Amino acid sequence: MSDTLTPRRRTGRPRRSPRGTVPVRPLQGRMSFLARPRTLVVCLVLLLISALTLAVSVSVGDYEVSLAAVPGAILGHGEHLDVFFVQGTRLPRALTAAGVGAALGVAGAVFQSLSRNALGSPDIIGFTSGAATGAVAVILVFGAGRLEVSLGAIAGGLVTAAAVYLLAMKNGVQGYRLVLVGIGISAMLSSVRDYLMTRAELTEALGAQIWMIGSLNDRGWAEVVAVWTAFVLLGGVLFALGRRLRFMELGEDTARGLGVDIRSTQIIAFAAASALTGAAIAVAGPIGFVALAAPQLARRLTRSGGTTLVGAAAMGATLLVVADLVALRALAPTQLPVGVVTAVIGGSYLIWLLYTEWRGGRA
Amino acid sequence: MSTNGHDGTRLHGHGLTLAYDQRVISRDLGVSIPDSSFTVIVGPNACGKSTLLRALSRTLKPADGQVHLDGEAIGSYPAKEVARRLGLLPQSSVAPEGIGVADLVSRGRYPHQGFLRQWSAEDEAVLTDAMEATGVTDLADRSVDELSGGQRQRVWLAMVLAQQTPLLLLDEPTTYLDIAHQMDVLDLCADLHHNRGHTLVAVLHDLNHAARYATNLVVMKEGAIVAQGTPSEVVTADLVEEVFGLPVRVVPDPETETPMIVPVDRRPQRA
Amino acid sequence: MVPRAPTLPPPARTRRVARPAGLLLALAVLGVCVLLSVSVGSRAIAPGEVWNALVHYDGGYDHDVVRSLRVPRTVLGVFVGAALGLAGALMQALTRNPLAEPGILGVNSGAAAAVVVASVVLGLGGTSLVWPAFLGAALAAVAVYALGSRGRSAATPVRLALAGTALAAVLQGLVHGIVVLNDFAFDRIRFWQVGSLVGRDIDLFWQVAPFLVAGIVLTLCLGPSLNAVALGDELAASLGARIPLVRALTAVGIILLCGAATAAAGPIWFVGLVIPHMARIVTGPDQRWLLPYSAVLGAVLLTASDIVGRLVVPGAELEVGIITAIVGAPVFIALVRSRRMAQL
Repeated sequence: MSDTLTPRRRTGRPRRSPRGTVPVRPLQGRMSFLARPRTLVVCLVLLLISALTLAVSVSVGDYEVSLAAVPGAILGHGEHLDVFFVQGTRLPRALTAAGVGAALGVAGAVFQSLSRNALGSPDIIGFTSGAATGAVAVILVFGAGRLEVSLGAIAGGLVTAAAVYLLAMKNGVQGYRLVLVGIGISAMLSSVRDYLMTRAELTEALGAQIWMIGSLNDRGWAEVVAVWTAFVLLGGVLFALGRRLRFMELGEDTARGLGVDIRSTQIIAFAAASALTGAAIAVAGPIGFVALAAPQLARRLTRSGGTTLVGAAAMGATLLVVADLVALRALAPTQLPVGVVTAVIGGSYLIWLLYTEWRGGRA
Repeated sequence: MSTNGHDGTRLHGHGLTLAYDQRVISRDLGVSIPDSSFTVIVGPNACGKSTLLRALSRTLKPADGQVHLDGEAIGSYPAKEVARRLGLLPQSSVAPEGIGVADLVSRGRYPHQGFLRQWSAEDEAVLTDAMEATGVTDLADRSVDELSGGQRQRVWLAMVLAQQTPLLLLDEPTTYLDIAHQMDVLDLCADLHHNRGHTLVAVLHDLNHAARYATNLVVMKEGAIVAQGTPSEVVTADLVEEVFGLPVRVVPDPETETPMIVPVDRRPQRA
Repeated sequence: MVPRAPTLPPPARTRRVARPAGLLLALAVLGVCVLLSVSVGSRAIAPGEVWNALVHYDGGYDHDVVRSLRVPRTVLGVFVGAALGLAGALMQALTRNPLAEPGILGVNSGAAAAVVVASVVLGLGGTSLVWPAFLGAALAAVAVYALGSRGRSAATPVRLALAGTALAAVLQGLVHGIVVLNDFAFDRIRFWQVGSLVGRDIDLFWQVAPFLVAGIVLTLCLGPSLNAVALGDELAASLGARIPLVRALTAVGIILLCGAATAAAGPIWFVGLVIPHMARIVTGPDQRWLLPYSAVLGAVLLTASDIVGRLVVPGAELEVGIITAIVGAPVFIALVRSRRMAQL
């Protein structure tokens, strides 16, 4: 038999790539990648759905813009009022929704991958709770404006994330511990928040409450730029780490045996995902359950073993754009905060997920 | 300096103190894995077998002492460089939910891949080869969740094999398998050792399996190595009684002539 | 041989002495807490005067404070604390899950959702909100437990905690949806949401008292059967324990206790989680001792937290629910970090 270090080359025997993948090797094989057609199709379909939904949410409202006029209005052509509504309010709102959704989707996928737990999303590991507490403290104690509230949210979220990470660390960070420590910290923070709420004036408390649910009302171009910049920069870092994260899902020892640099990947990914979540929350408030549900849905649709960051981003954007349309139109003319819609939809989905998994005996 | 260490083996450790948190498992441990051997580490429960294996594979950083790989401290290599020389099958491997067999085996190619070189023709050839060697080719399109314990263990072995390392470290590869599957896995290990020239280090529970398959046996007790050598040198009734506290007779294995232990019957004499 | 509930390994001699002694000590501490609770506050009242107020009521200001404010809140604290401690111990025994607790398992959110719906949709207020709170808590407990006990294997701690969290999220979404559209409901819920022993009507306590007492008596009798259940369903069944009956009775007890406690004092986190773990240090795993210990220690923790809440901010009071969360969360995290949990 031949030496193990040089693979035996037999002609006539079919070589295999993993199920559902197609090797792509440009430049005479000097570069090589493994494409997953199904993932590609799913992402394209999701993009199409979000584009259509976006078009619908730009067109409907008290002032109707016909769907045919939408593309022109986006580019600044057409009737003056059409352009005013589309460019001035509806398009930035919808684009913010897409950006926030994509950011939450990616960040959620990274947190779930790091904790190797479907429930390790920022909602559950305490990040969202920390951000909300930071923002509520700023609103109720200092009575400050939107920028300060955003900064308060980011600070609160990052401090909480760091605390959760450090408290969960003991011979390395284990998934379940991260989740449970997060639940504990969240509970403590929510009691602090409840306390602040009881000590505030009703109108201020109500404002804080609406912020805490997460809303896209009155978001403009500044928010669009902010969230998409964060998504491109931090999301880029995370996409670059995506491969390593998939390997770390095999378990810490196995990944280390394969030569994955675990500690640095963990820290960079945790920091970037936290910052990305912080940016999303700063723009739209702590919108619940997108980060939790999007990666799970994407994974089931693409049938890939493990996390797909791109799929999670596309799914997150789609979910939030759709949820925002529902929030706008469900009780029109009253606008619901979009967080209410995502919590009800996402929470129900999660219950269904747990229900089916238990039924399958995969506990 | 040659590629080998000063005592002539590619993998060895000296003055190792191994500990979890503050709990010290081993002190001043020295071990050297003969090249091209099938080394099996045995010993009673909690004697530090797996801990030693984890240290040799740099999964556990020794509190003191050094593990050397090819003459250099193992910690001084880049992580991927170690992974191209030394493969590890840990005890606790978790397959991500829904992952396919070929996909999992292909993960073993990681140390040979780069950002722009994620799936070369060579990766593909090695994947095919590794699945063939472990007999999982027919399972390639199945999901790992659906497999039996024995099949799953073979898939993991295929993954480590796809890593194409001259050294393979296996932590209790036969746990949770029935006797037929245990033999399957061990035969596969023997094949890798004998026909493909791998150096294998395995932790095993069953002393008779160890004596049958090992070319080099390391016996541990309470964190220390009490004997090392070929099974016929090492496996004696005195040693087994000393290490496991169990009186045995050692007889030749009727199949392979290697030493085989049979516990002494301690029940009262029956009429 | 007639199968019967297993007896646990014989306790060490020290434990045989320590358990009754410890229980007496805990009762003594509870006595001190009760005494402090009626005396301490923005207006300190001497114990002798408290006694007079109870026995020789003279209608004076001090006597009035004692009879109409301090005594009701103390009684409420003792019963609610005992109920929560007991409910936590029962949940942990029933689910074999050291993290089970009314708050984490979504019971509080169920009650909150029901209160909001009742006050907005049905226009209820005051003591009549007890019943929706009770019902909501009960429904949530049933739902989470039903979710948690599905599947072949017992639910893992993480999954059960997650089922609670998921349910809480849906219910909170509903609550939020309603309150942002309705200022009045928001104003009510934001005060109700912080568990507290003040501002709750004593009449309200009398309404739920029968349920509390029934729950406490019922569950204290379940100790021996729960000892069997702790060994796992199959072993327990082979030992002759009637598993479905024990489970059903325990679930009824939990719903009585949680529903009544939450209805009376609002959601209070962590008492049910922390207390059984503290009790277990003294009692070991024997439910016959664990349950009474949990009840007494729960009462101690809640009355003590209430006293602390009165003293910590001069001139104002912190709600007891906030104190317990701030004390309880670090204990919870310490538990999660401890080695024993690592095996779960």
